[in-house]
Amino acid sequence: MGKTIAEKILGEHAGCEVRPGQIHIVTVDVALVQDGTGPLAVRQLQSLGLEKAAHPERTVLFLDHAAPSPRKELSNDHVTLRKFAAKTGAVLSEVGDGVCHQVINESYVNPGDVLIGADSHTCTGGALCAFSTGMGSTDVAIGIALGKTWMLIPPTIRVEVTGDLTPGVYSKDIILHLIGTIGADGATYKALEFGGPTVDGMEQSERFTLSNMAVEAGAKTGLIASDDVTREYLDSRGRAANFREIGPDPDAEYERVVDIDASTLAPTVSFPHTVDNTRTIDEAKGVKIDQVVIGTCTNGRLHDLMVAASILRGKHRHPGTRLIVIPASREVYLEAIRAGYIETFVEAGGLIVNPGCGPCVGVHEGVLADGEKCLSTQNRNFHGRMGNPKGEIYLGSPATAAATAIKGELADPREFLS
Amino acid sequence: MILKGKAWKFGDDISTDHIAPGRYFHLRSNLPELAKHVLEDADAEFAGKVQKGDFVVGGNNFGLGSSREHAPTIIKVAGVSAVMAKSFARIFFRNSINVGLPALICDTDQIDPADELEVDLTGGKIQNKTKGTVIEFTPLPIVMVEILQDGGLAEHVRKHGDLDLSCDLPEE
Ligand code: SF4
Repeated sequence: MGKTIAEKILGEHAGCEVRPGQIHIVTVDVALVQDGTGPLAVRQLQSLGLEKAAHPERTVLFLDHAAPSPRKELSNDHVTLRKFAAKTGAVLSEVGDGVCHQVINESYVNPGDVLIGADSHTCTGGALCAFSTGMGSTDVAIGIALGKTWMLIPPTIRVEVTGDLTPGVYSKDIILHLIGTIGADGATYKALEFGGPTVDGMEQSERFTLSNMAVEAGAKTGLIASDDVTREYLDSRGRAANFREIGPDPDAEYERVVDIDASTLAPTVSFPHTVDNTRTIDEAKGVKIDQVVIGTCTNGRLHDLMVAASILRGKHRHPGTRLIVIPASREVYLEAIRAGYIETFVEAGGLIVNPGCGPCVGVHEGVLADGEKCLSTQNRNFHGRMGNPKGEIYLGSPATAAATAIKGELADPREFLS
Repeated sequence: MILKGKAWKFGDDISTDHIAPGRYFHLRSNLPELAKHVLEDADAEFAGKVQKGDFVVGGNNFGLGSSREHAPTIIKVAGVSAVMAKSFARIFFRNSINVGLPALICDTDQIDPADELEVDLTGGKIQNKTKGTVIEFTPLPIVMVEILQDGGLAEHVRKHGDLDLSCDLPEE
């Protein structure tokens, strides 16, 4: 019987054949925690007398959610992680280095790895064909110390994408459309596997956006076969030697296959307060927006900033709409400076926030006022997410965000394509 | 083990942002303080009124969203003895068991706010004392039963010095 990508990778790490529904102990290659989940993980290990990392060089502690720290309590949490890194030899990703899911993929994740992270969007690494999944602090703490964890082998849902995206439509619109179709629990406890000619033709950045949002359908991970695009990405990151080609067997067994014809999709927006509450831009246009956010682990890469900058170039944000831009990592920031995108955003009336999570989780750097509406390129729009339960969050692509910043209301990016 | 208490009813899609709002990020290393805000964005009165032993009862996809283990932890710190829902998001489900908070999948439409419930954890049954009905819940995977019986994942590792779980079992 053929295997899905998930079954192949987990089988290698369990040391035996695996089938969906079985539970196995699997080895862990890469682990991450961030400043919101890491301190609890460290305290658990301290209480167990297990302050160690099985693979310190591939255990990464991120200071990204509340960075730079806006409060003394969080500054103290940062110290907890710095001390743990010093004690165990684990890697510390400092304030300003960037958001965990960007940096971990830039520098640590390889095809065929098992990555566990104390952050739900750890599934982003699936775009490099790593079985990557989010867990809680204690699970990841034990994974860090012992180098293993338990996994229920998930059934796989194949998402087969065919047809060319039309101008102004991006992978963000594909994933929002998918979640709107299968629902916020449409893939709970399952692995998603994205494939088909459209995904094959996507560059790496667009693939990360797909995998990043797998958890918004409840999925454990969002895998994409590794190919020449993956190889080039690793090569550009100095990790060509770590490339492995992994894909599903032709006779792999899927729980179901969801077909998407990308050529029929329009720019798509999630309305408050759930990600699956999607509408196409035609049904969305005209909602007045107070704040636009371009960035986060979903859409803060160079490609995203390039798309947004190409729309904003020579234009200005609407006077009633604030524009916040967050490069996902230090490296993205530098490249965006060199490419002139940052200048474009600043000239357009935008505000650049340091690499990290920015206002995404409501800690700082753009908390909404009562009744305010925000369009963000982030991945979730739950009640209270951006720091105020009386605020409303809409989700869209960087192109939709840029068009919205100009018009001051939800806008169709296709109006701005030259 | 028998658990007794009153039901606090919530709807579908209660997210970890409802349970442990991001604006209290700075309280994450102070769980008793954070617990004063538990479920605040779903029911502002809950944290002040919940009694020891009570149950949190949700609808579909309870606990969706972030990986923050603080969410089930502060539900437990607030005194809640178990969470019930028609379905759970996977990270929340796993975290609940890891922190020693039973998470039971059952038909919660049969439970109304303030119903008095009695849960037989090993027997797989919930008695609704107010309505005089019995609701069955889906048995947990054996691995999770083992972790729960040890008092959570950290306690499991403390006791066994390793992950010592009955694996490789086909799902029921
Ligand atoms: S950018 Fe947002 S979704 Fe991504 S890791 Fe940070 S807080 Fe989480």
